[in-house]
Amino acid sequence: MATTPNKPAAAGKTSTNKTSNQGFVYLPLIAGWLIPGAGHFLLRKWIRGSLLFVCIIAMFILGLAMQGKLYTSAQDILEMLGVAGDLGGGLLYFISRTMGMGAEPVRTTVADYGTKFIVVAGLLNIIAAVDAHNLRTGRKAS
Amino acid sequence: MIHPSHFTAVLLFALFASTVFGITMRDTPRRMFRYAAYCFILFIGSTIVLSWVMFLIAR
Repeated sequence: MATTPNKPAAAGKTSTNKTSNQGFVYLPLIAGWLIPGAGHFLLRKWIRGSLLFVCIIAMFILGLAMQGKLYTSAQDILEMLGVAGDLGGGLLYFISRTMGMGAEPVRTTVADYGTKFIVVAGLLNIIAAVDAHNLRTGRKAS
Repeated sequence: MIHPSHFTAVLLFALFASTVFGITMRDTPRRMFRYAAYCFILFIGSTIVLSWVMFLIAR
């Protein structure tokens, strides 16, 4: 590994941790899922939130621009996994579906790349939302 | 509609995925940057190595 993994934050050691369990602890998780980076914005991590917002939205939009497909139905196990990945995009997924984007079947190699971009953008958004939740609960130090 | 080459798509994918990995897997900016760079190099390096392997197998 290039660097060592994170050390868990010592519970109750700092003043931040004392206040970390006040309020609705799942708000950054839900906000981060709906809007990429929003969980970090709520925790005043402006640069991290901005980078996550740009990266995840750019990946999702590039996927659509490559004529990637948005999974809508779960006929078999692979499609179910695709729907689960796409749902990770939060509002991006619902807005795109409402606007009728990503409805074309995949016909080219580039469109297949685009489909993967969309799914991975959703999965990365879930990782980012969980990171915001860990920051909120104090499981991650900073 | 855009039509990037396979390598351009890999570059974009690696850039975005590495950035998110760096931010979420490490806890200080310096370590985030180092981990993101590490992931980016692994993404691109493994793509180039596997491409050469497939090229040599196909010959």
